[in-house]
Order: sequence, then C-alpha cells, then structure tokens
Amino acid sequence: MPEISSTSRRGLLLGTAALSAGALITGCTSNEPEKKDSAAPANAPVADGAPGKAVTIGFAGPQADHGWLNAINDNAKQRAKKYSDVTLEITEGSNDTAAQIGQVQTLINKKVDVLVILPADGKALTQVGLQAMKAGIPVINLDRIFASPQAYRCWIGGDNYGMGLNAGNYIGEQLKDKPNAKVIELAGVDNLELTKQRTQGFDDALKNYPNIRKVARQAADFTVESGQAKMAQLLQAQSEFDALWNHDDDQGVGALRAIAQAGRKDFIMVGGAGAKSAMDAIKADNSVLKATVLYPPTMAASAIDIARAVAQGKGVGGMAEMEIPASITLYSAVVTKDNVDQYLPTGFI
Amino acid sequence: MTQPASAARQDAPGLVKTPPQKEPKGAGPAFGMRLDLRNLSLLGVLAALIVVGGFTKPDEFLAVSNLQLVLTQASIIGVVTVGMTFVITSGGIDLSVGAMVALASVWATTLATQEYGFAGILFTAIVVGVGCGLVNGVLIAYGGLVPFIATIAMLASARGLALQITDGKTQIVTVDSVLDLGVKDAYVLGIPPLVLIFAAVVVIGWLVLNRTTFGRRTFAVGGNPEAARLAGIDVRRQRLYLYVLSGLCCGIAAFMLVVLSGSGQNTNGNLYELDAIAAAIIGGTLLSGGRGTIVGSVLGVLIFTTITNIFALNNLETAVQQIAKGAIIVVAVLVQHHTLRRRGET
Repeated sequence: MPEISSTSRRGLLLGTAALSAGALITGCTSNEPEKKDSAAPANAPVADGAPGKAVTIGFAGPQADHGWLNAINDNAKQRAKKYSDVTLEITEGSNDTAAQIGQVQTLINKKVDVLVILPADGKALTQVGLQAMKAGIPVINLDRIFASPQAYRCWIGGDNYGMGLNAGNYIGEQLKDKPNAKVIELAGVDNLELTKQRTQGFDDALKNYPNIRKVARQAADFTVESGQAKMAQLLQAQSEFDALWNHDDDQGVGALRAIAQAGRKDFIMVGGAGAKSAMDAIKADNSVLKATVLYPPTMAASAIDIARAVAQGKGVGGMAEMEIPASITLYSAVVTKDNVDQYLPTGFI
Repeated sequence: MTQPASAARQDAPGLVKTPPQKEPKGAGPAFGMRLDLRNLSLLGVLAALIVVGGFTKPDEFLAVSNLQLVLTQASIIGVVTVGMTFVITSGGIDLSVGAMVALASVWATTLATQEYGFAGILFTAIVVGVGCGLVNGVLIAYGGLVPFIATIAMLASARGLALQITDGKTQIVTVDSVLDLGVKDAYVLGIPPLVLIFAAVVVIGWLVLNRTTFGRRTFAVGGNPEAARLAGIDVRRQRLYLYVLSGLCCGIAAFMLVVLSGSGQNTNGNLYELDAIAAAIIGGTLLSGGRGTIVGSVLGVLIFTTITNIFALNNLETAVQQIAKGAIIVVAVLVQHHTLRRRGET
C-alpha cells in the first residue's frame, strides 16, 4: 500500500505543521511540538488575531444531517465571528450536487475574496472549484477532496488512515503485555472509502504487536440502531476478547447500549470521531469506553483561519514557509481520561 | 421461473387460506391451525439454516442467549411486518413504514416527551404512528392516491420531519423505566419483553386476519375490490383502517426500538420497508393482494434474522453477506413455488 503509507507520512508532517499553525493562530498552547524559531526567515508575514485587510469568505457546506456536520457549520460560524476583519457569506447546506454547484457559483458572482467548500461529493464539485480558481478566488477545500489539485489553493481535512493507526496503537499499548490478546472491530459503512482507510490503518498498527490478533470485524451504518444490532451480534459471536475499536461515536451509542444489555465489562473500547457523549463517558470512566480517536470538526474553524490568511497574503507562524501550505492533514489525537478536559469543548452533540 | 405469477395465484385458492374471489361474504379463510405446504417449506428453509448455524458455530449459535438475541432482533421488524401483511393482503403497499418508525421514535424521545417518562414515550410513539397511518389512509382511501405514491410521499416527509426535529442529533433516552425494559433483568422466564410484545402482536394479528369480519373484509378487498363493494363492504373505510393499522404497528415498533437502542435518531428504521415487504412476500403474501398469512410473514422475518445471525457469528464480510442474503431469498421463494406447482399438478 505505497499510496496509503505516503499519505500517512505526509499526514504526519503536515499534521505537525497544522498543529503549530493552529497553536499560533488560535493561541492554543497545548500539544505544541518543538518550534524552529531560529531557522525561520525573519520577514515572513504571519497570520494572527490582529485585524488586517477586510476579507469576505464564502462558505458552502453540505446539509447537516449528522452530528459531525452540524459541528462543522457551528465551528465555521463561531470562528468567523472572532475576527473583526472577516465577513462570512454562508449558503444553505445541501446534499444535492447540482444545488451546491449553484450555491458556489452564486458566491463566485458575489466576488467573495476566498471560498471555503466542504463538498457533498468532492469529485462532483471539482469543476466549480476550478471555475472559482480561474476567477481568481482561492478555494479552501475542506475534508472531502477535489479530484484535481488545480481546483483548490489549500486542502484541509481529517486523516482516516491515521484514526485507525492511532486507535490500533493505543489498543496495542494497553494490551502489549497480554499474551494472545484478541481484538474486534465494529466498522462504519463498508462501501465508503474512508471505512477501508480506517480499517487499513488499524490493521497496520496491530502488526506492531504480534501478541494481538483481530478475531472479528463487522460493519455497521454510522447509526445508533445499526451499532446496537451489530454489536449485539459481535458480543454473541465472541465470548471473550480484550479490546474493541468502533469507527464512529454515533453508532457507538448503540454499541454501548448492546454492551450494557449483555452485561459485558471484560474488555476496553475505543471510539472514533469525538462526540460529546463519548467524551463524557470517557471522563466518567464508568463504562468500557476508555478512549476515542478524533476526526476533529474544528477543521472548519481552521479552514476559516486559512482562508483569512490566504486572502491577506500571510503565512503560518512557527514555520519557515512564506505561504500557507497546499495541504494540511489533521492529527487524529487519542482522547483518554487524562486529556479529555482539553478536548471536551470540541465534542459534538 | 417459467410459471407466471398469475398462474401461481390461480393455484392458490384450493391450497391456501384465500377466499374465492366472486363471493367475498362468508368466504373467509380456512379456519383452524393447519400449516399449509407453503409454511411447511418455509419451516424447512428455517430448519436448514438452523442446521447450518449449529454446524458452523455449535457453541455460539445454539446458546440460549443467542436464541434470545435472534428473537429480539426479529421482534421490531416483525411487528412492522405484521402491519405490512395486512396492507399487502388488501392489495396495497406501505413504503413509509421505516420513516414512520423514525418519526415516531424521535418524537417519542424529545426532551419534552421524556419528562412524562415511560407512558409519555409509549403514548407519543403510538400516537405519531397512528397519525401518520391516518394521513396515508385518508390520502389513499378518500384522496384517490395510489398507495405507492401516497406512502412514498409519507416516506419523504416523515424522514424530513424526523431530521428537522432532531437537527441531525442523536436523542439519548434517560428514562430508566424505558431503558430497563431492554436489559436482562427484565426477561420474563428467559424471554425478553420485546419478544413478548412481538408475540402478542403476532397472536392478535393472526386472530384479526383469520377470525374476524375485519380480516375477511381485508381478504375481500384485496381479492376483488369491486366484488367486495357490491357485497356491501365499505372498501374505502376498510382501506383507511388498514393503513392506520400499519401506522399503529410502526408506532409500537418505534417504542420497541427506543427501548432497544436507548435513543431516537432520524436514521432509525432505515430500509424497514424493504425488509418488511421481502419478509411478507417470502412468507407467501401475494403482492397483488387477496392472499396473506401472518404465520408465513413471521417465518419470513425469522429466516432473515437467522441468516444475519449466522453471518455475523461466522464473521462474514458485508459484501459476502449481501450476496448470500440475495441468494437465500431466491432459494426460499423458489422452494415455495416449486412446492406449490407440484401440488397444483397432482
């Protein structure tokens, strides 16, 4: 899988870059990797909170029919409010490709300074991204990636492979002293590319721990109902195992319910995405759920930061580069009881 | 299949509990508990599945806890299928069952409803289900819409309303009396309460379809609406009642789903319409109306659930599961038709 491993390496590098960018732009000081202050050229203009040139950002997102997408919209709006020099032109979310193309074209006609687009379907929205770039409007492509790099100035999004990798490594560390440890996986919608990436990352991480074997994998549908049903089956099939990775915290509500109904407590569970209910459970520490791997909706807030910086011609603090990078893959942090307080504000309902 | 559906249908009256089409009044289904060949062949399919399950995973599949699980997982879609059997028997179709389950469950789990506890949640689920069914029924019986259109419109709008109510969020139930109904402590003689509800709905459904005037009228309307009308049956009112009945079943199923999943979500009941229709058809209910069996539908649901269970126990991949499920549906229907044709020839 050369493609995936290169993505992962890039993800790691850019994730670090994103974190330091985020640290400077947001003033968030936690999780800060080492800086290279001395190596940076002195004159790179750096984006910060101080008001600059007035910027109008057009935002086109999909319909918020899932907790995470709601959080995306909220994050973008809240972030834009923070800057006195930013005006946000937001269109109504739509899962209809044609409707979303129309909305982006409207924003182009309004001559916004920069566009943030979270496409319902990245491939289908590529042409309108190209159209905007040709019209001289830089496009910040959020999460679902366009088919052509010409269609965006900067891509920012989550790391599905990294979610699996970090979940696997966390579980591996917990079980490393246990001989013949067994893990099971409750995956998300199986016909999505992202589900395959999450599973691939998980499997690759488990290869680091020869004492651990994945004994079962079933796919659910990202819904509570399917999570309950599939987990009940898995519990029946596997009378004994040591850890469970569940791809999605929404279906995790159902999975936790099935686990409670079966009265099982003999394993640890790691979730995915970063829902508030999952973080609450991790903090309370009264269930099998011990951690969740983030797919942070704060990426929408960062996209606003990047859009503003691009429009104002500024770069990233803490990096030597003069420009905003072309691509930023977020880091899939593992949230545990120890650091949950730090991440709770990003937990979505 | 070389045998067209209409031929199979003509074979039916002598064999299955179906009234002769020309004289709907007093021509109810055969009384008595005899299992017809159709149901016996379904039992054969189920038995074969049980052998496969017992053979591949003897320890897990034959455990009491697994039996409880299979029956619990069959119970919610089973209740929906009972309502669907009535509607299809009358010559109609209800494509909105999944959406009605979704809407009833999210309305029942809103914070306002949770304030009233167990009764509030149960009452809301049933009222919303019945209300949706009433709208379907009025549109079809008195508005002249074909069932396909009316219920597909309900599918769209009920799902939309469910999304609007929840705002895409999962509504978690905090009412302990509701949640307790889904855990092991609540089992009655080892039977989960949800299974008891399912059993009650099946028994009542069987009695209503096979032993009451309402049931006879359902067969009559499905067999030949014009003859039913001439025989003095208020066909429109009968149709109204049938869609309300389907909505009622969806309301009950929604409550059961809330108990099981401890939450309400706009994605609840996803694709129930297809599962319920498939189970009813496999069970021997005729899509064009006039013939329907509750026992067959229950067997259809149990076959589906058992397949899913065996797949999960053997850790099959999703793609393989879907292919195998399709193949088994075809086999089940083929076995039935074959049994039926042979009987018709002798």
